[in-house]
Amino acid sequence: MAALESPQPAATTTAMRHAFGNVLSVLILVLIGVLAFSIRLFSVIKYESVIHEFDPYFNYRVTQFLSKNGIYEFWNWFDDRTWYPLGRVIGGTVYPGLTLTAGTIWWVLNSLNIPLSVETVCVFTAPVFSAFASWATYLLTKEVKGSGAGLAAAVLLAMVPSYISRSVAGSYDNEAVAIFALIFTFYLYIKTLNTGSLFYATLNALAYFYMVCSWGGYTFIINLIPMHVLLCIVTGRYSPRLYIAYAPLVVLGTLLAALVPVVGFNAVLTSEHFASFLVFIIIHVVALVYYIKGILTPKMFKVAVTLVVSIGMVVCFIVVAILVALVASSPTGGWSGRSLSLLDPTYASKYIPIIASVSEHQPPTWPSYFMDINVLAFLVPAGIIACFSPLSDSSSFVVLYIVMSVYFSGVMVRLMLVLAPAACIMSGIALSQAFDVFTGSIKYQLGGSSNSTDNAEDTNNAPKDDASAGKTDKGEEIVKERSSKKGKKKEREPADKPSVKSKAKKKALVLPLETSIVALLLLIMLGAFYVIHCVWAAAEAYSAPSIVLTSQSRDGLHVFDDFRESYAWLSHNTDVDDKVASWWDYGYQTTAMANRTVIVDNNTWNNTHIATVGTAMSSPEKAAWEIFNSLDVKYVLVVFGGLIGYPSDDINKFLWMVRIGGGVFPHIKEADYLRDGQYRIDSEATPTMLNCLMYKLSYYRFVETDGKGYDRVRRTEIGKKHFKLTHFEEVFTSHHWMVRIYKLKPARNRIRGRAKKLKSKTTSSGWSSKSEKKNPWV
Amino acid sequence: MMNLSRSVALISLFLLPLLSFSFSVDNPTDRRVLVLLDDLSLKSSHSIFFNNLKSRGFDLDFKLADDSKLALQRYGQYLFDGLIIFAPSTERLGGSLDSKSIADFVDSGRDLILSADTSASDLIRGIATECGVDFDEDSSAMVIDHTSFSVSDVDGDHTLIAADDLVKSDVILGKAKIEAPVLFRGVAHSLNPTNNLVFKVLSASPSAYSANPSSKLSSPPQLTGSAISLVSVMQARNNARVVISGSLQLFSDRSGVQKAGSQNQYEKSGNEQFVTELSKWVFHERGHLKAGSLVHHRVGETDEPAIYRIKDDLEFSVEIYEWSGKSWEPYVANDVQVQFYMMSPYVLKTLSADKKGLFHTSFKVPDVYGVFQFKVEYEKLGYTTLSLSKQIPVRPYRHNEYERFIPTAYPYYGACFTTMAGFFVFSFVYLYHK
Repeated sequence: MAALESPQPAATTTAMRHAFGNVLSVLILVLIGVLAFSIRLFSVIKYESVIHEFDPYFNYRVTQFLSKNGIYEFWNWFDDRTWYPLGRVIGGTVYPGLTLTAGTIWWVLNSLNIPLSVETVCVFTAPVFSAFASWATYLLTKEVKGSGAGLAAAVLLAMVPSYISRSVAGSYDNEAVAIFALIFTFYLYIKTLNTGSLFYATLNALAYFYMVCSWGGYTFIINLIPMHVLLCIVTGRYSPRLYIAYAPLVVLGTLLAALVPVVGFNAVLTSEHFASFLVFIIIHVVALVYYIKGILTPKMFKVAVTLVVSIGMVVCFIVVAILVALVASSPTGGWSGRSLSLLDPTYASKYIPIIASVSEHQPPTWPSYFMDINVLAFLVPAGIIACFSPLSDSSSFVVLYIVMSVYFSGVMVRLMLVLAPAACIMSGIALSQAFDVFTGSIKYQLGGSSNSTDNAEDTNNAPKDDASAGKTDKGEEIVKERSSKKGKKKEREPADKPSVKSKAKKKALVLPLETSIVALLLLIMLGAFYVIHCVWAAAEAYSAPSIVLTSQSRDGLHVFDDFRESYAWLSHNTDVDDKVASWWDYGYQTTAMANRTVIVDNNTWNNTHIATVGTAMSSPEKAAWEIFNSLDVKYVLVVFGGLIGYPSDDINKFLWMVRIGGGVFPHIKEADYLRDGQYRIDSEATPTMLNCLMYKLSYYRFVETDGKGYDRVRRTEIGKKHFKLTHFEEVFTSHHWMVRIYKLKPARNRIRGRAKKLKSKTTSSGWSSKSEKKNPWV
Repeated sequence: MMNLSRSVALISLFLLPLLSFSFSVDNPTDRRVLVLLDDLSLKSSHSIFFNNLKSRGFDLDFKLADDSKLALQRYGQYLFDGLIIFAPSTERLGGSLDSKSIADFVDSGRDLILSADTSASDLIRGIATECGVDFDEDSSAMVIDHTSFSVSDVDGDHTLIAADDLVKSDVILGKAKIEAPVLFRGVAHSLNPTNNLVFKVLSASPSAYSANPSSKLSSPPQLTGSAISLVSVMQARNNARVVISGSLQLFSDRSGVQKAGSQNQYEKSGNEQFVTELSKWVFHERGHLKAGSLVHHRVGETDEPAIYRIKDDLEFSVEIYEWSGKSWEPYVANDVQVQFYMMSPYVLKTLSADKKGLFHTSFKVPDVYGVFQFKVEYEKLGYTTLSLSKQIPVRPYRHNEYERFIPTAYPYYGACFTTMAGFFVFSFVYLYHK
């Protein structure tokens, strides 16, 4: 501040301070990158360098294919090992961004003679990209509120638990790179908006392309940016910069998006994209209005306005009518199920059980907000207030971003991930503004008499905290930013004017010294709590790979490696072309780890096929055998947690199988599996439940373990303990009984006659009564 | 081999040279047959049947059904390829045999002739039930037919019936027509119509019924008319063949028959021809097919591809041979079909035979991608079942296999280029005007 105050004598000091600030910023950013990377390595340290969960296994398999066969083969890959017998065109149904990114990294490393395995590259892609995401956050926030806020936001993002949950080492999922792409696209949009540079506009379209390649969440961008543009237009903030920022993005972005096979014509056909086109038209109308206003006299302009407005109304009306007609004519109303469930949170659970069955598609609970963004939830409102003083194009954008992402995160747990960067940006702004005010007051109070505020500020602020360290050059950055909003290009000349003003304002806003110091300490404590929580979350909550489980008990650490044990069994003991049926959760893992053909997998594109498997699992043994046999299934895999108390097993998912199966095959009725609306597997369970395949495969021989058949997940004794399987035979049960594999028995060589069976079953009187009813073959 | 030659030496030395042909996939006719009798006198009373078998090269090993040294297998190897049980009254089999071991014998792909008779034991009934044949529950019931009995029936209770309702299959009963009726005195049985593995070879006439001839009928008989099967065969899924007869006399040496109401006096009953032809079928001298592997390739190529593309033209062929009892002969038929199958058949084509055993066709892959199968499912009465399948994926077009320029899209191409040119001209004029 002081530097700005006296530009003439202290020109060299200013340059020095700038240089010092920049070097410090770079250093801090490097440290932030290291922090973002290393906080995600807990999973590798605590477990091992392994791919996590379900979807990452598919991405890993695709990356392996890509690195082995090249990009054209990948593009045209028809996978005959999933969704048997339908197969799946991988190249055309997958977002290739992540795979291509990791494949490129692998290729570059290998051509540099750094022989890393594909798996290693995949495991560490997410941490690397979270470092990139922190830097992108810095850039975005810097554009909005100066580099101090940027650094604060970057630090917060580097360790926000919500993002960590999706990007720990091994969590090789689309979101890992998509969040970086999302933030970077927003940064370039703001950058274009602030500079009006066509160069950045082009880069913005390219960043958007990368986002489209990476994640289906790109629709968030293509809806948020038009909303912001509309907001700017409505609030009278239209400018040529806005036009440059928006129009090229829509044109180039849509063209580029259509190049991604999985999007293709959807980029112009589905309603998710219509908002952008509508705003595209509106911005042209508005641009025309401004142009005409410039060339006409005010009187003529009034006439023209009525003309243009009426024409514009008509055009808009027609377009809206066409859109409505288009949307109405398409079967789903033009909206895909996942998008509809965003608008109407109850849509999915009402109509699409397959979407509702995924836990990450459920609305989050309140504690999960505290778990995932922690103290940021309290800082966000302060950040929003800070954005309103003063409101600029860019700060209105981040406000809009936070509002929208809060709404979406309330609909789906998964979209908490989109909220996290917005919350970090807001909190970064709030923190840096608060530090700004407090350190400013301290400085004013301490150096009120003396003129050497520069030194005081430097020595006071630098060693404080990562966040406050960025404060040195932040104060002036903010002033510069604000000024740049008012008198864009001619920054030098009016720069001292508002700074004088702000100085005057500063004096008026000064707080007492003690209050400032206490508040500062409280803020630092808050930050410390956040750091502690984040490290805890990274180390304990979000690092489990879910294919290896551990449990701590009195006699030490237990490791449950049943999944890999069973997949290894499959790959060593079954024929290469054998088909394995399981619930779709385990499809990706089976193809990737056991290399066996599966019937359904986590890419839930065909509801009927999944319903077929669900029906088989909910049918009695014979009917299930027939269904599986018609699909050439050789082995059936079920996951059972009753012995060790692993709660996310197939019995707990079973009601979803019934619902999804019943949605397509109405003879499966959910009510048949419930006793008085309660789902139970004890002796009170319904006969349908006790006779269905899932029950039998899960609890077959279970009573032999403890003599009672006590299920430790459901905390009850099972209903039917002693039974035999007629159409299936057990071939493998893993060490802790978590995975059980059954083989379909071949069709019986002979078909028995009836006589003996009936004789042994019924008494002679029953027999004669049967025969009285003219039994044709006895 | 040691044991084998010992049993051979006991029976007939002149069969020795034939021993080199043992039962196998390539040589499916049975050679070593165990005959279980409940009375050794059956050997002479049924000598025509047994001698006929011997003369066809079978190596018969006669044993009493309750012989305590009976064993079907030793060291996990079956000692016999076929089994004839002519012991209707035996309650327990000797040695290690029981109904389960006989069922296992059939499940191992070996053949069985089982004959029950009036008052058949539960054991025999049990074995028949295992094969899908249900004998009349009433153990004293016999098949009675007051219209088509044999006039040589001296008892007058019309239980020696002259049946001529034979299955119409050249494969099972040979090409020569059986003119004379078949004499039958025994117990009726029925088949479950939903069981597609068993079928009647000899059925009773519509006027037949099953009852105890010595007592008065108190209630309507349970089994009547042509629902009564007299002789049935079963071909298991693994192509093991079983003949089940309700009468032991069927196989005995007997001649001369005159059907009631018929003027035709036959010198000989049809029994001998019937049981001879039936034994040829059951011991795989007839109706045994084998297929080579399924061969397919694109038109104009010879190698089998790993994957097809939609709308590829392909050629498909399969070789099928029939066992004549001595050698494999090309199978000739015009009803062998191939399916191109993915959950349901997308293509169903009849294969054309070239009289040398090669069945061949060509078709276009449908415009659907997925994992298909070539399937040949050949089930014909009397023949062994052929069930072959081969998996082949079908992929969609590659990105560069589509048409590069579509004629109907030329207006759009034109629009693109004129817009580009127009924009260039406009910019030029705008920038350098004045």
